[in-house]
Amino acid sequence: MIHFVLLISRQGKVRLTKWYSTYSQKERTKVIRELSGLILARGPKLSNFIEWRGYKVVYRRYASLYFCMCIDADDNELEILEIIHHFVEILDRYFGSVCELDLIFNFHKAYYILDEILIAGELQESSKKTVARLIAAQDSLVEAAKEQASSVSNMIAQCVAAHCRPLLDNRVEERGCS
Amino acid sequence: MAATSASSSSPSLIDTLFQRSLDDVIRVLRSSSSAALEAAAIARALDEIRREIRSPDLDTKVVALQKLTYLASLHHFDMSWAAFHALELLPSTSLPHPRAAYLAASLSFHPSSTDLLPLATHQLRKHLAPSPSNSPALAAPALHLLALASSPDLARHLAPDLLPILSSQSSSNPLRPKAVATALRTLAVCPDTAPVLFKPLVECLSLSSDPRAVSAAIGAFCELALAAPDPSPYLPLAPEFYRLLVDSRNNWVTIKVLKIFARLAPLEPRVTARIVDPVCQLLRCSPAKSLVFECIRTVFSSLLDHDAAVRLAVDKIKEFLASEADPNLRYLGLQALNMLGPAHSWAVEDSREVVIQSLNDTDTNIRREALRLIMGMLCDSNVVDICNMLIKYAIKSDPEFANEILDAVLSTCGRNVYELIVDFDWYVSLLGEMVRNPHFAKGDEIERQLVDVGLRVRDARPELIRVARNLLIDPALLGNPFLCRVLSAAAWVSGEYVEFSRNPLELVEALLQPRINLLPPFVRAVYVQAVFKILAYSFISFIEQIQAGELLAIGNSLNQRGGKQEGSDLVAAKSSSDQNNAFELEDGVATADKAILFDSIEKQETFKHESISCLLNLIETVVGPLSECGEVEVQERARNVLGLILIIRGTQFWNIEEEHELTRDNKITKIVELMEASFSEELGPVSTNAQKRVSVPEGLILNENLSDLLDILGDDDINPCASVSFSFRNHHSTETNQDSASAIGPNSLLAEHRKRHGLYYLPMDKDKSESNDYPCANEPLLPVSHGEDTEDIVKLPAQSLIPEKAKPTKPRPVVIRLDEGDGVSRSNLSTAKESKDDMLSGAIRDVLLRNEKKPSSTHKTSSDRTSQRRENDASENSELISQQKESNSFGDREHGNSSSRKSRHHHKERIESSGQNRDNEEKSHRHSAKSSRHHRRHKHRQREDAPLDIVPQSPVIQDFLL
Repeated sequence: MIHFVLLISRQGKVRLTKWYSTYSQKERTKVIRELSGLILARGPKLSNFIEWRGYKVVYRRYASLYFCMCIDADDNELEILEIIHHFVEILDRYFGSVCELDLIFNFHKAYYILDEILIAGELQESSKKTVARLIAAQDSLVEAAKEQASSVSNMIAQCVAAHCRPLLDNRVEERGCS
Repeated sequence: MAATSASSSSPSLIDTLFQRSLDDVIRVLRSSSSAALEAAAIARALDEIRREIRSPDLDTKVVALQKLTYLASLHHFDMSWAAFHALELLPSTSLPHPRAAYLAASLSFHPSSTDLLPLATHQLRKHLAPSPSNSPALAAPALHLLALASSPDLARHLAPDLLPILSSQSSSNPLRPKAVATALRTLAVCPDTAPVLFKPLVECLSLSSDPRAVSAAIGAFCELALAAPDPSPYLPLAPEFYRLLVDSRNNWVTIKVLKIFARLAPLEPRVTARIVDPVCQLLRCSPAKSLVFECIRTVFSSLLDHDAAVRLAVDKIKEFLASEADPNLRYLGLQALNMLGPAHSWAVEDSREVVIQSLNDTDTNIRREALRLIMGMLCDSNVVDICNMLIKYAIKSDPEFANEILDAVLSTCGRNVYELIVDFDWYVSLLGEMVRNPHFAKGDEIERQLVDVGLRVRDARPELIRVARNLLIDPALLGNPFLCRVLSAAAWVSGEYVEFSRNPLELVEALLQPRINLLPPFVRAVYVQAVFKILAYSFISFIEQIQAGELLAIGNSLNQRGGKQEGSDLVAAKSSSDQNNAFELEDGVATADKAILFDSIEKQETFKHESISCLLNLIETVVGPLSECGEVEVQERARNVLGLILIIRGTQFWNIEEEHELTRDNKITKIVELMEASFSEELGPVSTNAQKRVSVPEGLILNENLSDLLDILGDDDINPCASVSFSFRNHHSTETNQDSASAIGPNSLLAEHRKRHGLYYLPMDKDKSESNDYPCANEPLLPVSHGEDTEDIVKLPAQSLIPEKAKPTKPRPVVIRLDEGDGVSRSNLSTAKESKDDMLSGAIRDVLLRNEKKPSSTHKTSSDRTSQRRENDASENSELISQQKESNSFGDREHGNSSSRKSRHHHKERIESSGQNRDNEEKSHRHSAKSSRHHRRHKHRQREDAPLDIVPQSPVIQDFLL
């Protein structure tokens, strides 16, 4: 199973964390510090796996973001790479050429999307279309509820164009997995 | 519960109206340039949140909670204090409120810290309930929270609420896969829920289910089967898994199925026979690398008997290894090769070149796997070549990997009492070479092996002492904290086996060189003891030499033409016969060695009167100050040495001009005898179990309480080790300075040493300023340049990995092994079994396999309990299912689905007849049943009983699979 998911920027800032196993706040901080040190230090043409405390950490870099997942030693690393890519593609589809800033200002959306893909450390939804449909349905429900309550909707920040580098710019060739 | 710090100010209308949104906070955080500014911004935001979150207005509360969630998840703040506020929002009718609350809760709660979650039980149940008014937008996060954070109690309470979602038949209920994952967690947290949850989980696997539910269910079963200490309860589901393996077009599902089969295969040989073909098919045709890799792993872990499959997998690995552009594939390829045992070494042999090249990869992962592979290939015929190559390579590689190489070589060569080593002279010199590695940090293991080889391999001792001498004599090694353990071993060797030394005086000089004050005290103690042994040996040899000389003189006078040659022979004969009892056991070779040794000593004219007195003076000068040393061990041994010198000086030795008169001094003969007696006994290796064999003497009660001793010793005295176990660095800073003055005193000694061993010293002017700093053991080499290394590595003889049967040039010397196989690694195969897992698998076994309503005579109490707890109709249902499993077995499937009706008929009949049959079966439990149906039932029962007495073995489930 997947023990946690981390998104770390190249500067070492954490952009998203999701824990499927039990870690105390202290441990979480420690794990993040340790792993971001390890991952950011790795050069470009190395393998995407790190053996770490008896687990494996699979990471992949998209533009300025590192997507990391920690799995058991006997899990399939390539499968996890595909899941990461799957996640990024869904984000891309949802935000429309997603960039780091999208995730910063819509971090709860990123969580909702991740929750559609993974539950309890297991892959739930392998169809991009379905995820997009589910999230859109949820969004419209929420919007409707908001309008009903006539609450002031949050303005979504428009980001500076320079910061909107699409994550999927340097897309690595997709390995065939349905 | 609420934040105490914010209690002074209550939320006002102003706060509500001018509340900063999450985006505002994010912007402020992003615009703060320094860490201090950011911390201040966060502190301010937290203050606001503490106020706002207590607002009666739910919108204000939600925004505050969102901000807190953001800070907690990305800036690692504890938000457990706000847990109650999150739960407060759950009942809100406005959809965004509970959603934000769920998000906050699922990010911050976890099972160990959620005392509050039971408060939300009712609300969770409400959100989970399938009603038209309830949107999946709330049920989904509710399931999610339950999966992440449920305690056993909560899991037990809410398990029935999962059922309607789990068994919903609507084809595209998006909640069903989520419920499956939640059920998995619930089962893990609370195994009691298995009777309720397992049946619908199994149903999710069925053909009619939504593919997404199937995918989620297979994920759940994969987790369960991998986590269970005994996966046998899942064996009855094998037909379902097989169907998925063959039919599924979803690679992610297929990977999970393969993982399950890898777990089940050891239990049932026919599972492997069934899955070989589909796996090979996938290997051949699948374009997805992840799936191919999983197939390779499955083949290597469970299908090793099927040659064709193994060959196919190895071919695929070669493709992986050849993919230049993708280090991931190369890494995984090497890793998979490592799974193959020595029985399939041909596979590694086939990819030999790639493996060796991989040692040079930029990626440490790949290098490490390659090293492991190469170590796995070592055998007695290629060990020399490969180890030499590796040690040379280690010098050039980076520090971490260099030590990994050293470690691998040491542990592989030392495995099972050096079973790989034929040429111990080579191995000992290899050990010496390793020490010269600039990154060397494996002192402990080398120390152990140097001493161990000395004890076990008699023939290696001359080489051993040569290596020890080379280590001891080099002053550059002394200051390196990683080396002091090696030097300690070298010193011990030089003292213990001094009789093989060509020049004992040189050894003494090396042991007493000025820089030894750089060593930690426990090593210096060994040094002093070694000096003691060498002194004793030299003195004895000297005396015997004189005696032999007298003999020679007599011989000469008897036989006029006797020349020097014969004389030395006589010396050899004489000394070898009476000097050391141990030598009587040795064969001719050793005696010849001995003769040569004495020859050489004679030629060098070492043991002259002057040289001995010079030796005594040297020892007195250097060891003298040590007798005042603060370290007990050093001090005591130094005093021993000085005592011996005193005794020697007390004899007439120094007053007599004529050497031959010496021997008539009784005192000297006595000393010689005494010294011989104390060191002639040879030390041997000690079995780890030796202590057990010592019978306890009568009257000694080992278990007697020793508390009385405490009174006698008092607190102060019980700290004997503190002084000895000095950490190296510590010693460096404190001891060095203190002792440099007292132990060596005059710089003249250092200067003299420098003059004689200038080779080891840096030029004078440089050295003067920093006399106690040590130079590097080796010139630090330039960083690895991969181009040239590759050439070196590839030069490794092409055949060297092949375990060819080359004739050894010399026979392997005797290596003393103790009968109990000491040193043989005792692998700990038994896996830790958690009681929880056992409980879970027991519960699942019950669900899948039970088919009786009343406990039979063979049932033990625990099974009674569970069976009574069951509801009757549930048990009937599960019986139906498990029998459906049987009928859906492989064989049936191959003949198409035509049998389904028949099988339904079958098990209906079976249910009717089961009551009657049961009694008969119990009677004939050990006898084979006549009809296959009876047989099947019989096996069924046996399986159910199995966890109570023995683990069920392969024959038990025969009928499920055929």
